[in-house]
Amino acid sequence: MEPYAQARADTGGVSDHEDDTSPGIVAASLDPKRLREVGKTPDYRFSLANERTFLAWLRTALALVGGGIAVAQFLPKHSLREALAAVLMVVGAACAVRAVVYWTACERAMRLRRDLPASRFPTMLAALVCVGALALLVAVVSGAFQR
Amino acid sequence: MSETQPERTRLAWRRSVLTATVVALLSVRYALHHGPTPWGIALASLIALTWLTFLVGVQRRIRTMDGPSPGAMRPPWPALAGATVVAMALLAGATLW
Repeated sequence: MEPYAQARADTGGVSDHEDDTSPGIVAASLDPKRLREVGKTPDYRFSLANERTFLAWLRTALALVGGGIAVAQFLPKHSLREALAAVLMVVGAACAVRAVVYWTACERAMRLRRDLPASRFPTMLAALVCVGALALLVAVVSGAFQR
Repeated sequence: MSETQPERTRLAWRRSVLTATVVALLSVRYALHHGPTPWGIALASLIALTWLTFLVGVQRRIRTMDGPSPGAMRPPWPALAGATVVAMALLAGATLW
């Protein structure tokens, strides 16, 4: 049986999320001792999977930043152009910060054999991108970017 | 099956370096779009330095993954990797001015 299934069976599937957003997460993402002070080291395959998820988020962050630069370089001159580019870069930076925090929270959850922390961030990012795309569609159709 | 895990993770790091390279090149190009002004050159150098920090960190991480049971990333490396991406976002923002 997989260690996770075993742990779930042991605890009756009960999970406890009270530590997931504690200030200790920031300390644990900076100090290996703080991360290792709880639980047991999980199977390295789980840690590597967590690492790849972290990297997928870093690339999402970089893609948002790259999108911001593309907006600044390739859209016609417009008062909203720089603002739009800046928003994309800020969201990109937020994604990168969140990637680190979430990696640490997942690593800690795996050490404690708990369920992975639930997060609203992907939903909120998707909603934001959706609203932004619709706003841009309106801007393009209404000719706001034409000189 | 389990032997492919470090390889997939290594490739994920390589893809991330490629993405960072594209972003860094686009930022440098935009930093210098008014010609080689002192501000533009300073920004371009900082972007290059940030990219290099990320690259060196990735090389070191990939090296620690050699071996039969590679361990998890050790803090503060994930935070440093995240910080280089945040720095890239800030420097890209600075090129707008």
